[in-house]
Amino acid sequence: MEKDQDKILNEVTQGEYKYGFVTDIENESIPKGLNEDVVRLISQKKNEPEFMLEARLKAFRHWQTLEMPEWAHLKIPEINYQDIIYYSAPKQKVTLESMDEVDPELRATFDKLGIPLDEQKLMSGVAVDAVMDSVSVKTTFKESLAELGIIFSSFSEAVQEHPDLIKKYMGSVVPYTDNFFAALNSAVFSDGSFCFIPKGVRCPMELSTYFRINAANTGQFERTLIIAEDDSYVSYLEGCTAPKRDENQLHAAIVEIVANRNAEVKYSTVQNWYPGDKNGMGGIYNFVTKRGKCAGENSKISWTQVETGSAVTWKYPSCILLGDNSVGEFYSVAVTNNYQQADTGTKMIHIGKNTKSLIISKGISAGFSQNSYRGLVKVLKNAKNARNFSQCDSLLLGDKCGAHTFPYIEVDNKDSIVEHEATTSKIGEDQIFYCNQRGIKTEDAIGLIVNGYAKEVLNKLPMEFAVEAQKLLQISLEGSVG
Amino acid sequence: MSLKTVMKDSKEKYIELYLKNQELLKKDSPEYINEIRKNAFEEFQVNGIPNKKNEFYKYTDLNKEFDNGFKNYFSPKNIKFQLEDIFSCDVPDLNTKVILLLNGWYYDRENLITELPGGAVIGSFQKATELYPDLVKKHFGKYADSKKEGLVALNTAFVKDGVFFYVPKGAVIEKPIQIINILMDEEEGLTQHRNLFILEENSQASVVICDHTLSNPNFLTNSVTEIFVGQNASLEYSRMQNEHNGSKQVSHLFFNQERDSKVNTNTITLHGGLIRNNVNVLLNGEGCENSTTGLYFTDKGQHIDNYIFMDHAYPNCISKQLFKGVLDDYATGAFSGKVLVRKNAQKTQAYQTNNNILLTDDVDIKSKPQLEIYADDVKCSHGATVGQLDEDALFYMRARGIDKKEAKLLLMYAFAHDVIKTIQVPALQERIQDLVDKRLRGELSRCNSCQMHCC
Repeated sequence: MEKDQDKILNEVTQGEYKYGFVTDIENESIPKGLNEDVVRLISQKKNEPEFMLEARLKAFRHWQTLEMPEWAHLKIPEINYQDIIYYSAPKQKVTLESMDEVDPELRATFDKLGIPLDEQKLMSGVAVDAVMDSVSVKTTFKESLAELGIIFSSFSEAVQEHPDLIKKYMGSVVPYTDNFFAALNSAVFSDGSFCFIPKGVRCPMELSTYFRINAANTGQFERTLIIAEDDSYVSYLEGCTAPKRDENQLHAAIVEIVANRNAEVKYSTVQNWYPGDKNGMGGIYNFVTKRGKCAGENSKISWTQVETGSAVTWKYPSCILLGDNSVGEFYSVAVTNNYQQADTGTKMIHIGKNTKSLIISKGISAGFSQNSYRGLVKVLKNAKNARNFSQCDSLLLGDKCGAHTFPYIEVDNKDSIVEHEATTSKIGEDQIFYCNQRGIKTEDAIGLIVNGYAKEVLNKLPMEFAVEAQKLLQISLEGSVG
Repeated sequence: MSLKTVMKDSKEKYIELYLKNQELLKKDSPEYINEIRKNAFEEFQVNGIPNKKNEFYKYTDLNKEFDNGFKNYFSPKNIKFQLEDIFSCDVPDLNTKVILLLNGWYYDRENLITELPGGAVIGSFQKATELYPDLVKKHFGKYADSKKEGLVALNTAFVKDGVFFYVPKGAVIEKPIQIINILMDEEEGLTQHRNLFILEENSQASVVICDHTLSNPNFLTNSVTEIFVGQNASLEYSRMQNEHNGSKQVSHLFFNQERDSKVNTNTITLHGGLIRNNVNVLLNGEGCENSTTGLYFTDKGQHIDNYIFMDHAYPNCISKQLFKGVLDDYATGAFSGKVLVRKNAQKTQAYQTNNNILLTDDVDIKSKPQLEIYADDVKCSHGATVGQLDEDALFYMRARGIDKKEAKLLLMYAFAHDVIKTIQVPALQERIQDLVDKRLRGELSRCNSCQMHCC
């Protein structure tokens, strides 16, 4: 039986990456390399106002003084930042009025990925902003959302149409000085999504951004900004894929969320960048800074992520719990296989009174991969009655992978309760035996157990994503060495 | 012979101190020790004194402490103290063999080496380097890694005296050995004693360590203890830290456990200004068992930082870590424990727990329990909590006529008991229970019956 399980594990964990195709679309890109002129050029291409260029240059100058962080439990070969194309966009001549005008190749790409760009597909009920390489290609349902006062557009559009909002909120949660990759992104980001939910509005549909890296040698640097005004609610989805290539590609994004009084933002990600082949060749370097600020009282930000892709993941979606009674949540399933490496987790910074945070992290590692949870729970002196509970479990499938847990707990007052617990184990043989006994094949049994293990997190995903995520898990791995 | 206080990087100070006193340091040591000394000095020059940028010392800034220009000396001073003072460390109903270290020097200069039944030997480390060169050569510097850690290198470079304890194959030392570290001087001083314990196959011993200060000046201790526990040997190692609030202590404990050996360590920290305890355990064979526990009480401006590194290098080992602490006033505390399970260490069981109770708003606690696991067939878990006394339990007791203060004490006492009960020597367990009780009541100022009451 042990051999059986090995075989099944091998078969299953070597499942092919099915989004690895390349679309043949005419691209407009600038030469490789990064200097002030490139930053100016990007800004100019996007026809940005003066304040944006200044912000970019400031970030770029700061970035030059920084060094790539090395503290994570990751082995990253040196990255040559001069060998990357910082701007690449599908050629677009005129602004699109309807779906028919979208490049058929492009539509085909998103159709292949199963992304409903077509507004006719009302059934899906999801408004999509699709970002290919560095540029937003299509935002759906814009008009119907606008009726409610919701702004959902590409970041560049927002810069043109709502410069005040951008000026006010951009960098307010993740300043360009935050870290190496945040500085890089702030200097060269090309596009992304912008979302503004006005006071008292409950967004009637899920908002979704779909990121796709297509062109070779490019880096993708997108930026998402979500602002939820008082008493509003929004659920936001993010998905990503990239073609199979032998070289590594860089993805450094920033996501900023601001939740004002009584607002709630739910951010879900299914991260499925190309993870590299089974020998560890190629794959995306995913260095992302995601942070939400619960600025107002009773606000809530919840991060849910399913991480299956990327060769290297460096990502810590965090919550700054500034408003009294605010709540931060983090649900994560991180799967690593073959030679993937992930160092991911969260930070919960309790500043306001009666703030609460919950961390549920499930790591699954297989093959030769390394999967680390790294988290910080910090309770400042004035955060009276703060409450945190963290649970970080790791599941090991195979004896050549690693699972690590690095939590940091820092508490500065006596009224808070912080709890952390973590376990590391493999799938119980008795569980598999139990299933076998009842006529469930080992393969299915392992699938069942892994899905059950991740259930707590998958339950938090919106319907559309939950299905996708479950399938992804099934593909990524279902096996355990007995 | 003393170090002049010049404003310089603390590392430079110690380099200068070493170079100035090289001859003195080398004089009484055999050649092989001086060779290791020389290498350690070179390694110290690479790493220096750790500062807060060093991840291992993130929460304790030692550079500042080591920069204070403590005086160092290279031969034992003739300091007399009242033997009654240390009788306060006496454990009732426990018959122990008492060994004294005064400022890091073996106190009994008349009998530097004592033979114990079964061929065991205890005595001065310096003397042992002369008398038992083969044993010392085989173990000294083998477990404490000067390359990784600047402070270990510093200790090794300045190595002079300490305790040497040797238990030969199959010997069972029934009587616990009690080692009392006494710090007493009229001026501030730096102490860097070095201990080496060797327990050969199938041997058994129990050691009780007490750290005390008997005079007021600020002391700085940087001690290294290397312990080899042979196949199927068993060691009980209990430590009680009770120094005044002006003292700073950094201790490095290195355990090397061979196949099927068993080690039980507990560290009870009652008082001390700044304490950093490093415990490094290498489970260097199958079937090892290790239990490392600690209990700490801090108040006023005290700082306590426990660092544990549990290295599971072989399959089928079990390790348990349990650290509990109560923080009061404006004390600060830190705990970092790391369990490393190497690739082949299947069937490992490793558990790690850190619980903290905070009594005031001005205390500050950092906890960093870590797991690094490279084998799949393991059972590992860790947990950390920071919180207060249970309100419901308090209410329950008050509803039954127990006053608030007493109820709180009872709860804290129960909290501490989990650690105390891991102490295997019954008489010692009782004694520590009593001391903890007194400490919680605030009756224990430095040592139970100490005359000086300096804090």
